[in-house]
Amino acid sequence: MSLLFYISSAVAIVATIMVITRYHPIHALLYLVVSFLAIAVVFLSIGAPFVGVLEVIIYAGAIMVLFIFVVMMLNLDKVTSEQEKTWLKPNVWMGPALLCIVLLGEMIYLLLQRGDNVSNIAVVEPKSVSVALFGEYVIAVELTGFLLMAGIVGAAHIGKHKKRNLHRYLTEEPERNMPEPQREAETINT
Amino acid sequence: MFSHFRTMWLVFLHLFRKKVTIQYPEEKVQLHPRYKGRIVLTKDPDGGERCVGCYLCSAACPVDCIALQATQDENGRRYPEFFRINFSRCIFCGFCEDACPTYAIQLIPDFEMGEYKRQDLVFEKEDLLINSQGKYPGYNFYKVAGMDAGVKQKGHGANEELPVDVHSLLP
Amino acid sequence: MSTAQHIWTVIGVLFVLLNIAAGLIWVERRLLALWQDRLGPNRAGPLGLLIVLADTLKLFFKEDWIPPFASKAIFVVAPAIVAGTVLISFVIIPFAPNIVVADLNIGLLFFLAMSSIGVYSIVLGGWASNNKYSLLGALRGASQMIAYEVFMGLSLMGVVMLSGSFNLGAIVEAQRDLWFVVTQPVGFLVFFIAGVAETHRLPFDIPEAESELIAGFHAEYSGMKFGMFFIGEYLGITLISAMTVTLFFGGWLGPSFLPPLVWFILKTFFFIGVFILLRASLPRPRYDQLIEYGWKVLLPLVLANLMITGAVALYLKDS
Repeated sequence: MSLLFYISSAVAIVATIMVITRYHPIHALLYLVVSFLAIAVVFLSIGAPFVGVLEVIIYAGAIMVLFIFVVMMLNLDKVTSEQEKTWLKPNVWMGPALLCIVLLGEMIYLLLQRGDNVSNIAVVEPKSVSVALFGEYVIAVELTGFLLMAGIVGAAHIGKHKKRNLHRYLTEEPERNMPEPQREAETINT
Repeated sequence: MFSHFRTMWLVFLHLFRKKVTIQYPEEKVQLHPRYKGRIVLTKDPDGGERCVGCYLCSAACPVDCIALQATQDENGRRYPEFFRINFSRCIFCGFCEDACPTYAIQLIPDFEMGEYKRQDLVFEKEDLLINSQGKYPGYNFYKVAGMDAGVKQKGHGANEELPVDVHSLLP
Repeated sequence: MSTAQHIWTVIGVLFVLLNIAAGLIWVERRLLALWQDRLGPNRAGPLGLLIVLADTLKLFFKEDWIPPFASKAIFVVAPAIVAGTVLISFVIIPFAPNIVVADLNIGLLFFLAMSSIGVYSIVLGGWASNNKYSLLGALRGASQMIAYEVFMGLSLMGVVMLSGSFNLGAIVEAQRDLWFVVTQPVGFLVFFIAGVAETHRLPFDIPEAESELIAGFHAEYSGMKFGMFFIGEYLGITLISAMTVTLFFGGWLGPSFLPPLVWFILKTFFFIGVFILLRASLPRPRYDQLIEYGWKVLLPLVLANLMITGAVALYLKDS
């Protein structure tokens, strides 16, 4: 099991590095999908199959598809890759990378301190996950629900549009002899 | 929703209907007598060629698949020296049959004329000419035509008067 | 189960599935023809069965063309994803009491995960083709499949509640007295409709839609790459049918005069037939109608079903 863990973690790290360094957005997103799948395998290997599968369903299967969906419609081509190339200069990523290396060193130090009690893993069943969600953390779940509801209402509000008149002579407005552009502006406003 | 289930049920019942497929090479298709299929050149009751080489079929053909060359025998009877139909171009529209003044060219109910080589689809006169009168039995163009081409004398046709002697002034 | 037996199960399942996927070519053409008052393929071999072979050979010998304007690596990978994910999904299906490749505790979730990965083949295939029609097909396919995944997952939760497990073997065992189609008719209907949408079969073949998108996301594919999409589609039909049987129609359970495996296969083929009947009888809805139908009809329906099932399950547990 631990071999599986290390392999999939390595895949996840490599894929994530590839996400950052690719110039083509779709290729970057595909590496991100691979990274999510690798993290799902990591979850599986440390005894959390429920979270692992949810990672695949929600992140890899739904959210990333929507990302790709949007990128597909933006029609990004060679020009944007060139632009990306100019953005990714060493003096841009050097600072954050150095700070991250410091953090990585700290993390490795902490991991070495804790010794090897990582391997004794209890498998988390879906049932215990749901009991925790709807027992201990029920307020967090409810709040998340509110947040998502707000998102849905917002999306519905943006997506809703009034029925436009099909023809200017078919309007029922009294000011029929108003000049054309003004009336159109008003229809959009109302 | 229920109309969908009803549709599905009705389509399912088609499983037990009689099938409309004709198993072609074993079962032949019933062709109607006026079916426009293979083009042939017919002969008149005396066994002579009906075609007089007028080029009307060639002119009428929308895809220009008919080629012929008219000539005359010693009696003055016109006939095609060669008559060539390229069936790889022919669309079997039947315009040639409509255009033909002597009922020579006819479309008959037969469509089984596939070939492996395209060149084999170019039919010459000997391929086209059949020993039959086709759809108009008894018709002989030179019997009703007002000219002497070895079939009958001038003026000896059924509804034909003797030629007028233009040199005589008598009525 | 010993390792050797396990390997034999894997090979056997793979072999049977690929043969079924190929054989469905014949089944579908024949049934469609019969329902349209025709005879269908009946020339090659007995009853025209060898058309499967002829079709496969044709696919193999076609020119395997990658358009120069395509994004090559993604173009090649996309068809493999659909066949791969669907084949992997079969891992969890209990064909008979002892014939299951991997008896996962989270089997049902695994199936949902694989079907959500399957969306990528359409999206990437359509995008990599670099063709307007393919892109439109990919867009439609992505939104359709993501939307219907939601209802598919939710419609299965009723079954999970009643059986108390994500394990498919346990779900089949829980149906020993009563099939879940009796207690979960709404769940079954929604699952089947979502399954049709998920495999983008007619009447929900909107990503392909020959008459408007000239085959949609796989318009640029030829040869065996197209064949992979084709096989993926037929495997998808088989998968959804097998899942329907497992979840709602008692899986391999049945009167004992036939072995369990035969019961399973019979039921599965019944649903494959229903898939083909759907194709033969129903017209394709418009794209916005499909999405609207999903979010405005199926989602409330399935949520109500979930709530009522939960309430009844709680009540029965208490009393």
